Amino acid sequence: MTELTKLGVAAIREGVSSGAFTAVEVATAFNANVANAKALNAFIVETPEKAIDAAQAVDGDRAAGKPLGKMAGVPIGMKDLFCTQGVQTTAASHILEGFVPTYESTVSANLWKAGAGMLGKLNMDQFAMGSSNETSYFGNVISPWRRNDGSNAALAPGGSSGGSSSAIAARLCPAATGTDTGGSIRQPAAFVGISGIKPTYGRCSRWGVVAFASSLDQAGPMARDVRDCAIMLEAMAGFDPKDSTSLDLPVPAWEASLNSDLKGKRIGIPREYRLDGIDEDIAKMWDNGIAWLKDAGAEIVDISLPHTKYALPAYYIIAPAEASSNLARYDGVRFGLRDLPEGAGLQDMYAATRAAGFGEEVRRRIMIGTYVLSAGFYDAYYTQAQKVRALIARDFDNAWASCDLILAPTAPSAAFGLGEKNADPLSMYLNDVFAVPASLAGLPAMSVPGGLSKEGLPLGLQIIGKALDEQAVLNAGLAIEQRSGFTAEAKKWW
Amino acid sequence: MTESTYRIQGNTGAWEVVIGLEVHAQITSESKLFSGSSTGFGAEPNSHVSLVDAAMPGMLPVPNRECLRQAVRTGMAINAQINRWSRFDRKNYFYADLPQGYQISQLYHPIVGEGEIEVTLNEKDPDSAVKKIGIERIHVEQDAGKLMHDQHPTMSFVDLNRSGVALMEIVSRPDMRSPQEAGAYVKKLRSILRYVGSCDGNMEQGSMRADVNVSVRKPGGELGTRTETKNVNSIRFMMQAIEYEAQRQVDLIESGGAVVQETRLFDADKQETRSMRSKEDAHDYRYFPDPDLLPVELDDAFLEECRASLPELPDAKRARYEALGLTAYNAAVLTAEAETAFWFEDLLAEGVDAKQGSNWLMSELFGALNKMGKTLDESPVNPKQAAELLGLVADGTISGSIAKQVFEIMLETGQAASAIVEEKGLKQTNDTGAIEAEIAKIMAANEDKVAEYRSGKDKLFGFFVGQTMKAMQGKANPQIINDLLKKALG
Repeated sequence: MTELTKLGVAAIREGVSSGAFTAVEVATAFNANVANAKALNAFIVETPEKAIDAAQAVDGDRAAGKPLGKMAGVPIGMKDLFCTQGVQTTAASHILEGFVPTYESTVSANLWKAGAGMLGKLNMDQFAMGSSNETSYFGNVISPWRRNDGSNAALAPGGSSGGSSSAIAARLCPAATGTDTGGSIRQPAAFVGISGIKPTYGRCSRWGVVAFASSLDQAGPMARDVRDCAIMLEAMAGFDPKDSTSLDLPVPAWEASLNSDLKGKRIGIPREYRLDGIDEDIAKMWDNGIAWLKDAGAEIVDISLPHTKYALPAYYIIAPAEASSNLARYDGVRFGLRDLPEGAGLQDMYAATRAAGFGEEVRRRIMIGTYVLSAGFYDAYYTQAQKVRALIARDFDNAWASCDLILAPTAPSAAFGLGEKNADPLSMYLNDVFAVPASLAGLPAMSVPGGLSKEGLPLGLQIIGKALDEQAVLNAGLAIEQRSGFTAEAKKWW
Repeated sequence: MTESTYRIQGNTGAWEVVIGLEVHAQITSESKLFSGSSTGFGAEPNSHVSLVDAAMPGMLPVPNRECLRQAVRTGMAINAQINRWSRFDRKNYFYADLPQGYQISQLYHPIVGEGEIEVTLNEKDPDSAVKKIGIERIHVEQDAGKLMHDQHPTMSFVDLNRSGVALMEIVSRPDMRSPQEAGAYVKKLRSILRYVGSCDGNMEQGSMRADVNVSVRKPGGELGTRTETKNVNSIRFMMQAIEYEAQRQVDLIESGGAVVQETRLFDADKQETRSMRSKEDAHDYRYFPDPDLLPVELDDAFLEECRASLPELPDAKRARYEALGLTAYNAAVLTAEAETAFWFEDLLAEGVDAKQGSNWLMSELFGALNKMGKTLDESPVNPKQAAELLGLVADGTISGSIAKQVFEIMLETGQAASAIVEEKGLKQTNDTGAIEAEIAKIMAANEDKVAEYRSGKDKLFGFFVGQTMKAMQGKANPQIINDLLKKALG
């Protein structure tokens, strides 16, 4: 049955629907891969029975001649940021360890309605804060990839959706949910050679997703190819009256409209992204991407996004500011961890609980966020950062006058080794430099595999589109996918 | 505008008191500001708590349009600027009654801007001074939960029923100069809220409470440092708190001290204010725009509907009543409280004459309720029943004095006026023969008075009317008595 785990979303759905195999066979095969991949530490909780239950329901529906959903028979991994009814949800934190929601997030509920089943809850950076998965309370995820230098160094799967990326690359699941606040879908997808799309802010409901930075957080799919991403995004997206920032628009038929002919499309190449000392492999991959899109019929144009260099500092003010407030609810009073030292009062309980419950990176960001919002600093930091954010959005608006899409690298380098960057938060933050501008502007952005580095590690190409134009982003992704010939896979060592 | 003459007499002379109020009024709505939970009062602890109210992970606020509508209607009722674009901010602090760790409020862009209300210092005196009190803003925010410290030896219990209930914070300008002005302002504000229906104004249940800012200065001088006394929940307490606080500040300054800007509490038992926390330990609330919520944008249709749904407000109603022929005093009393005005409106809607109705309501009904110690809401007689009684008087079926008897029986038994009149045989008689017979008897028994009357002592006419009515046991039609007496006495 190992062959079944080679299949992606579209192939599984078609096989189940045609009767080539059953959904239960698929779920069983992936459950086995999950159970045998403890070394990757990709899952915090495994739910094989949930995957089987959902598969049985799909097989039953098929037998009864009922119509099948978009994700019928596809078992998936669920990032642990999504609240799942009856299944522990921790955001990879100690403070939420043991927390079992009585409710289901809108996005996960949409997926179950579409016929998907849950293999388990995927590990991640704690509260989605991190780019390497090293901030998880439950230990870091390890990438299935290794450098070709024989060093066997353990590599970062990217973050924060590192459990998702690692699990898909290692074929523990054909697809998984991710969330992207400042690159958390795109960067991990790039690190392990898979695809992932962050849709326009507001496409996917945030209801039931543990909040990091509300004005930036956006859920999206991660999968093996562009078509699978389109299918899964259709299942996840949709207006939700329970989320005030949700877009009240119908979900387009992205999958059915996929078309890699880019005639008439103009692709912008932002000169500010070509940083001094840009990694040679990255520069080469970018050039290849340009050539592939040209080959697909697109016109290439030089563009300028002049405020790019201010994006990262602005992001690291806005996101922590919102996080410092969003994470205030973890106070030991109603759920999750409570540390009540002998004779402690309320304030002591807060301090002890939050000190014990939050990891170092989360504490750092709460401190930064608290600082930038405090009296006397608010205008210098938060207000300025909001102005920068508006300028970044305007940069993109101006760019759309001369192009329809933007092509750039997803990350400045291939996957780095675990432990290499976590001593220096700034060098870790720099990993988000290409991903953050699209997040600040709320634009759809996707990463697709663009080739391998000299060390044999995957590199990602990023496509940024106009608001609501996921279709053009997916189409360009498909055009690259068809030309890159990217078939590399991690060799199994786990 | 009249200047207040209220002064605190200190050793160094007279001091003027400057008062500003922040009134928190619970918005009348079925559900909370950002969740579908009920706002019902007096339920079992933690029975009106949704996942949003308890701030469970991943929960998001969704604004309740009705709460915003009520705030806008209130703003319109005080002639305030309505902001078509407003926004919610987060006020961050940790406390056990605040599950989110922040209160959603409006600091930077409130939904209602500048307005004013006209306050009559003594509503029962038509010649009383009138003062305009400026309103700086009205913003909408969430209420907190309730902590109970007396349920367990070492633990505090939390009741989140109130958590997330919508409040309007109505911030006045520091325009008041005496406890009386502050009291009159809150009374008028409460009356407007009740007319509009945006708050029940029930201070005992905590639907309305005030933060009282007080400072003192030499009349006309520079503003002094103010203190803020939090959560005062009755008009009487508020007036006491102002009095105490102003005196305390004067004593402090005159003995060489300085007023510290701080938050204080009012102790109703001791009738004094006490320091709660000083400015130094004041929270840094780290206000910032709530990223879970979009700005509130109000369109023309919405504003139009709000305006169209406003009832006639107290000042307009009072003027209309005066035009109907009511005395200024009656018009003022009948409009001061929404309950009274609504009761009177119902009475008029039953076809009762305005003057007859207002006189009866002010003397008979208020008198009776006063005696019973009941409020108008608890009146055993409703406007419809009262209208029937007054109708019987108006059409001559019973006399005014019989009406008083009937009303007393109505209060006791709850019976309808017509049934009482029927059962007790109180119908006014128009039987001229019977009346003439009594008149003849009375004239025979009072020959001296008849002579006096005939020699010009007109005042005695009343005596004969009274005697006749008495003989007829009050049931004779007074007009017929008059006519017959005039004829008989010549």
